[in-house]
Amino acid sequence: MSLQTPLYDAHRAAGGKIVDFAGWQLPVHYGSLIDEHKAVRKSAGMFDVSHMTVVDFSGSGTNEWLRQMLTNDVNKISVGQAIYGCMCNESGGVIDDLIAYRRGDTDFRIVVNAATRQQDLDWFGQHLPANVQMDTPEGLAMLAIQGPEAVQLCSETLREHIGARGDLDDLQRFGCITLGDWFVARTGYTGEDGVEVVMPASAASDLWASLFAVGIVPAGLGARDTLRLEAGLCLYGNDLDLQHSPIEAGLAWAVDINDTDRQFIGREVLEDQKLFGAPHRQIGLVLDSRGVLRAGQVVEHVGREVGVITSGTFSPTLERSIAMARVTKEIKGGCDVVVRDKPLPATVVPVPFIKNGEATFA
Amino acid sequence: MMDTPGDLRFATSHEWVRVNDDGTLTIGISMHAQEQLGDLVFVEVPETDTTCDAEDAVAVVESVKAASDIYAPVTGTITAVNEALADSPELINSDPYGDGWLFSMEPEDRGAVDSLMDAAEYEEMIQSEE
Repeated sequence: MSLQTPLYDAHRAAGGKIVDFAGWQLPVHYGSLIDEHKAVRKSAGMFDVSHMTVVDFSGSGTNEWLRQMLTNDVNKISVGQAIYGCMCNESGGVIDDLIAYRRGDTDFRIVVNAATRQQDLDWFGQHLPANVQMDTPEGLAMLAIQGPEAVQLCSETLREHIGARGDLDDLQRFGCITLGDWFVARTGYTGEDGVEVVMPASAASDLWASLFAVGIVPAGLGARDTLRLEAGLCLYGNDLDLQHSPIEAGLAWAVDINDTDRQFIGREVLEDQKLFGAPHRQIGLVLDSRGVLRAGQVVEHVGREVGVITSGTFSPTLERSIAMARVTKEIKGGCDVVVRDKPLPATVVPVPFIKNGEATFA
Repeated sequence: MMDTPGDLRFATSHEWVRVNDDGTLTIGISMHAQEQLGDLVFVEVPETDTTCDAEDAVAVVESVKAASDIYAPVTGTITAVNEALADSPELINSDPYGDGWLFSMEPEDRGAVDSLMDAAEYEEMIQSEE
């Protein structure tokens, strides 16, 4: 049975083409994925992300517990800041990637993926000590407003709807603030500036309508994927899974081993990989010829299979296909990807593929 | 019925066929097909003068989502291809029955087109698919 978010009617009214995503009925686009993608790169778009899982943790043991559970160290963030990291098992396999928001010394909000909701909640539950309380609040909606003009366009509207004299002006990148029943974070999944707003479900359609009225473009799951891939961001299930470590997905930077006393789950394997190398590494690829790279396609180097595409798409900004691949050996320059039975030459490029709207490579 | 021009014939694989005055056929994909595919980013058209049998895969349209083969609706020879699609594949999305045409062909048998669906039958087919 497919679930609907509080914005389902708004999506239909805006011409959203509804598909099933992780058990939720969500718009893949509202007419043109490419137009929506370009709107986010150029001005601002908004995504209904109410399907994602919000989990709140509190209690005296929370800070130390999260330092055990996550690959990145929450000691690095103060109140009103966020941090990205992974949650791994003892083998270093990824259970999920997530953002943790510090709301107090021992008070955190964590947003995890919709597709891994049960897996994540089970894992949290199995490891929860007596001095940490877990709450999965109901009755919420979440909207991501992203783009170089997002903050400028939505600030006034947000203030009106939140009805509190919150200091949204002071919200820095990766900052977060609680304003009554609302929660605003300057985070996102597009590589652009913007905010993600958690609100009571009853407030969602009014906010949507107001944001639409100031010119923020509804954007669907399709554009969400092309945007995040251009920005080099991982998608759980594609680039991340239980069988591979964060190191193998280009996320060594989100695995903090500086504090030798912090024995987080998976540390032993991940520390070893970080210091001495992992079975696989992540590379970025761009196809110069026509065609679209897609997850599952085989990567060959000098005629030998060396890996697989984990995420591939057409980049509307670069007007060619890009992909992230997991390979067993270091490849410089070029390789081939088998696309519909034909090996096509691809160039190895750095990830992310774009920054400030332009390619990071020649 | 508004989406489906009444003068066209349709294949079950969602290609439309227009019979031109000179007996050649012009082929494209339907409004329904382009909607299902989403934004098209690459189109591979056949070479002129190639011959093909009915139901041969002769072209490919690729969207962000997936690649889709386009099939010759009848046996014949390719006489023209829409060169504009190389730079502007989105023409198929914006004008699938007009500027988004894919290729033209000379049918081996001028009557072959009659065994394809008419607009009403095609509409019925896509309704029943939903």
